[in-house]
Amino acid sequence: MSMDFGRRTLLKGMMGGGAVMVGLPLLDCFLNTNGTALAAGGRMPVRFGTWFWGCGMTPERFVPHTVGANYDIPVELKAIEPFKDQVTVLTGFQALLDGRSNFPHSSGNIAVRTGSAPDKPGEVKAPTIDVLIGDVMGTDTRFRSLEMMATGDPKHSYSMRNAAVTNPSEVSPLALYTRIFGPEFQDPNSADFKPDPRIVLRQSVLSAIKDHRDRFEAKLGSADKARLDQYFTSVRQLEQQLDLQLQKPPPAEACSIPKSPPDGTVGTDIEQATRNHKLMAELLAMALACNQTKVFNVVFSDSASSLRRTGSSTNHHQLTHEEQIDPALGYQPQATWFVEQSLAAWGQFVATLAAVKEGDGTLLDNTLVFAQSDTQFAKTHSVVGIPVMIAGKAGGRVKTGIHIAGNGDPISRIGLTVQQIMGVTVDKWGTQSMQTGKSIGELIA
Amino acid sequence: MRRVIAFATLALLAGCGPSEPQSSGGPPAIRRLTEAQYRQSIADIFGPDIKVSGRFDPDMRTDGLLAVGTGRVTVTPSGFEQYEAMARNIAGQALDEKHRDAAMPCKPASARVPDDACAAQFLGRVGRLLFRRPLLESELKAQVEVANKATQTLGNFYSGLEFGLAGLIAAPEFVFREEDPEPDPAHPGSQRLTAYSKAQRLSFLLWNTAPDDELLAAAARGELNDKAGLARQADRLIASPRLNDGVRAFFSDMLSFDAFDDLAKDSVIYPKFNINVANDAKEQTLRTITDLLITQHGDYRDLFTTRKTFLSRPLGLVYRLPVETRTGFEPHEFAEGDPHAGLLTEISFLALHSHPGRSSATLRGKAVRELLLCQIVPAPPANVNFSIVQDTNNPQFKTARDRLTAHRSNPTCAGCHKIMDPIGLGLEAFDGAGQFRDGENGAPIDASGEIDGLPFKDAASLGNALHDDPATPACLVTDIYRYASGHDPVPGEKDWMGYLQKQFAADGYRLPDLLRRIAVSDDFYRISPTPSGKPVKEATR
Repeated sequence: MSMDFGRRTLLKGMMGGGAVMVGLPLLDCFLNTNGTALAAGGRMPVRFGTWFWGCGMTPERFVPHTVGANYDIPVELKAIEPFKDQVTVLTGFQALLDGRSNFPHSSGNIAVRTGSAPDKPGEVKAPTIDVLIGDVMGTDTRFRSLEMMATGDPKHSYSMRNAAVTNPSEVSPLALYTRIFGPEFQDPNSADFKPDPRIVLRQSVLSAIKDHRDRFEAKLGSADKARLDQYFTSVRQLEQQLDLQLQKPPPAEACSIPKSPPDGTVGTDIEQATRNHKLMAELLAMALACNQTKVFNVVFSDSASSLRRTGSSTNHHQLTHEEQIDPALGYQPQATWFVEQSLAAWGQFVATLAAVKEGDGTLLDNTLVFAQSDTQFAKTHSVVGIPVMIAGKAGGRVKTGIHIAGNGDPISRIGLTVQQIMGVTVDKWGTQSMQTGKSIGELIA
Repeated sequence: MRRVIAFATLALLAGCGPSEPQSSGGPPAIRRLTEAQYRQSIADIFGPDIKVSGRFDPDMRTDGLLAVGTGRVTVTPSGFEQYEAMARNIAGQALDEKHRDAAMPCKPASARVPDDACAAQFLGRVGRLLFRRPLLESELKAQVEVANKATQTLGNFYSGLEFGLAGLIAAPEFVFREEDPEPDPAHPGSQRLTAYSKAQRLSFLLWNTAPDDELLAAAARGELNDKAGLARQADRLIASPRLNDGVRAFFSDMLSFDAFDDLAKDSVIYPKFNINVANDAKEQTLRTITDLLITQHGDYRDLFTTRKTFLSRPLGLVYRLPVETRTGFEPHEFAEGDPHAGLLTEISFLALHSHPGRSSATLRGKAVRELLLCQIVPAPPANVNFSIVQDTNNPQFKTARDRLTAHRSNPTCAGCHKIMDPIGLGLEAFDGAGQFRDGENGAPIDASGEIDGLPFKDAASLGNALHDDPATPACLVTDIYRYASGHDPVPGEKDWMGYLQKQFAADGYRLPDLLRRIAVSDDFYRISPTPSGKPVKEATR
């Protein structure tokens, strides 16, 4: 107990320092001495993101046998082997449903991300962690967050303030490129800076729009008022983005402007998805290095994965239910193939961030990526032991390279700890049996 | 068609048929424009050659309809970022050298300095079309000020005016459809929509776009609060070819055609199915619908039995039929005895409700229940063991019927599957891409089944069963009202729904007649006094 208290106090103290650091432009960070309060690499901005894949894993082939550092690598984790010391694997934590139905492929996903299981399909009772973290650390970049998904459907985004406010995913690498590096991009390393006078004019347009709020406030019922409030919040966020465009951006040494990707097709074919995911991951890495955003959400495949292989009549999700477990192998060979491909994409993603040199380390060192699926074993929609991985050290705040076994603890403990690490002042998170104030000490560096 | 409508009017005036019950009305709504409505409004106001390029926040299907979801969704930060960029882009095009003369009612005194009077004239004129009501004085003043400041900064009147215009296009009054209630003098104590709000419901229902100049003028003159005036406008909209747009938008929503956006078929298993087939399949069904229901003024139920349709060359490949027309569509009538008859045997229905690499009796049965009969099929339980029943390589279970029969022997699954599969099995003679087939894995297909106790022998007789099922037209009536009003009927509206269903039957199930009955009814514009918009508790009768 007293240890718990001590760690939380320490954590809060550290977060206080962290929050100050995060709130300042990068240039100031270079100049001040806050770095002493942080581990190596802490002078760089810290980023947070999520990475999602659908239809879980095969427990016997995924869960390491040893816990702690230097964990063994079962076959489905093969792709992260080169980055083992930069990835922490969390298994055996459970989404507690308190007697509510397990809505296939949604209850688990929502529970992991919001700490609250839905009472009915489609319900999202609390914001997802990326939104909570973005509210704290995403306000001083051009984009509060960037969302992208590789199988072609913008509806598949698990970044939600509530069910009606889902931040849609970019699905085309070209559209993502244009949004970030198109005409409105300001090169942080460019010698001359002249703000575009049109930015001020755009702000005056937004300011006039905000004056419409009172008329709506006066006449709407509470549900509609909340919807219009969200509209005006979105207007305000764009205003803030424009404010940043008026200031000379601080230099970013790792930033180099990528080439425009080809205008390719999007869809659920695994080759297509893998290709688009790789292109988007590379664009995202540069968006982070160029300080365009600090928060991101990547969906490799949707929950209930619709990934498919050319020539096969059955997609990944259908296979998880319909394919026989091969008695000789002890698993579903085709469904497992998709799991391995999905996790290979995860390895690719980690490698992409690790390839960008930044300060004394890499972009990955200054990032925390929270990777997760919607189920443990998809065949049974199990929400006990939904796999979670954490990659990157968040500027030295996270302990990576370990396997943590949850032993049935509420999975909200992970979300709580990650929020605290990223500077959200929260000491209790989740609802009902998933409400927890117990962060995971082993995760904190 | 006119004659029939005139006849219907006479019948109403003569007081034939049951009298119309007074509805409680539902809640007023504030609904986000759909992508199609946004695009059409911009094309109507600024011309069809104005390009709208950007990503829209996804719509949200709620209780079966995107139209109901428009009353729940909002605008996310990245959604607004897109709205703002689109607004600037549209304003830039509308006022570029090519378009400004057509758009502007005046010429500025100088092209380099502000001209508030001319800016106000322009912004007031387009503002009324964009906001679907005249701008308030304060709204106009604010936009003129924005344009003035921008003109001074940029030294160009038109570039400055772009900012004033962009502010209107990005405003919540354009992006959302607002409905305002007012006391109804004809029914003291109850509320109705204001004339401008009525104009919106009418126009979006019948044309899927914002009210035009004439409809707004009629609203301004108070004509929409007058039975004859309202009927005049409803008849004008119904008689217009643009009714096709409204009907297509409704059926696209009801039949979940947005799912075409991410429809994927395996190219090895279905080599003929490609993006052209998908696009044309959707178009085929919409043409079949508007031709039967509007052009032929036919019976809605005949949609499920009709042998008349339209084909294009890409579709001809899948139907294995020669199509003479090189590009575009030509009418086609399937011969008596051909397996193709009615909407259920069109590629749009068959392919949309299948898996990427095979057909699905379950998905098709579910779609018939949910989309066409307005019935709800419960979600599957989370922990289902499929391994004993779904081994596609098992030589014992060659056809979908064999596999599903085995699946239904599991009591957990049987409850729901028995309400879906027997319907879908009637369509098993069509594969996952919608192509006719004689057998599956070498075994013949038995396409018999039953729907709510009514047996049928194949797809055509399933169509007949749907044609004769009273739930089919009843579902259409409810869905149109849900689509038009954006909400599920509240208890106080149930009697009116029942009345509309009876009248639909009395009118021979003619869709334009149903639309007119709704459009001219006071009940369509009545607003329930509960401000929360929650369904009211039904009064005991």
